[in-house]
Amino acid sequence: MMKFLLPLAAFLVLVVFLAVGLNRDPREVPSPLVGKPAPAFDLPQLVATEKRFAPKDMQGKVWLLNVWASWCVSCRQEHPLLVELGKSGIVPIVGLDYKDQRADGLGWLRQHGDPYVLSAFDGDGRVGIDYGVYGVPETYVIDKAGTIRYKQIGPVTPEALEQKILPLVKELNK
Amino acid sequence: MMRIFLIALALLFGSAAFAKDAAPLAEDEAVEQRLNVIAEELRCLVCQNESLAGSRADLAQDLRREVRKLIKEGKTDAEVKDFMVSRYGDFVLYRPPVKPTTWLLWAGPFVLLIIGVIALIVYLRRRGKVVAQTGTDHLSAEQQQRAAALLSEEDKK
Repeated sequence: MMKFLLPLAAFLVLVVFLAVGLNRDPREVPSPLVGKPAPAFDLPQLVATEKRFAPKDMQGKVWLLNVWASWCVSCRQEHPLLVELGKSGIVPIVGLDYKDQRADGLGWLRQHGDPYVLSAFDGDGRVGIDYGVYGVPETYVIDKAGTIRYKQIGPVTPEALEQKILPLVKELNK
Repeated sequence: MMRIFLIALALLFGSAAFAKDAAPLAEDEAVEQRLNVIAEELRCLVCQNESLAGSRADLAQDLRREVRKLIKEGKTDAEVKDFMVSRYGDFVLYRPPVKPTTWLLWAGPFVLLIIGVIALIVYLRRRGKVVAQTGTDHLSAEQQQRAAALLSEEDKK
């Protein structure tokens, strides 16, 4: 009996490992920045070009930092959701226009709607590197103290918004 | 004939005078060399099977620019790697550090090897015992008769 049970058990363990391994997305690299203070920066704004933005301007608020670009295809996928969220006023969304041309970024906002309280303009992508951005879009949930609490890699999906981001925002706002 | 030869010669060397040495790829050879050594050890996050040195992705170019800047600032290799790890996690290192979360990764293959060797030893010992118990001397009279019958049948063919 043991003769059959042992290989069977080993096989089942292997199946479980492969099933878990194959169902994970290798593109989702866990960010070491979660739980750490959001890196400081000081950038010009995209729309109001004469004004600047620094993360400490949002201190005392729970907010989202959404990294986007006019050249980013999957940003279009999440954008209607962000526009809706922006309208609802549940949580302020700050945009970070990453490695973009100013005119293209402005055109994109005109065409698709602007859900952001403001967008910072990161033309050369330096701030993106500090935030560990490697695939736009990425979205960070930042708490009142300026700590990154969650990072969404890739487009914000309705599931991610309802199951992770909004409950987290609610909890952080308590 | 001589004139043609001279013209040909003049053309040959004339054009050679215009040619220049290939421009160096970077102004500082030493920095580039260190950059390449470090970048070989780092993963490009866009094309995950490529190193930062080999990747032509946009982000890889930006990251090489950052690493180049850090090298010029006089940072050590470890500091450059820390810069990358603090942003992208241990995943960027092709040689992840040994720490509790990576123990399984580092020790896993050896643990499997040891389990395999133990299983092999156990199997061989058991088999040795079985073979020792059922050698030819231990055949019963009936079994020997059957064996002889089978063998003689074989001979007739």
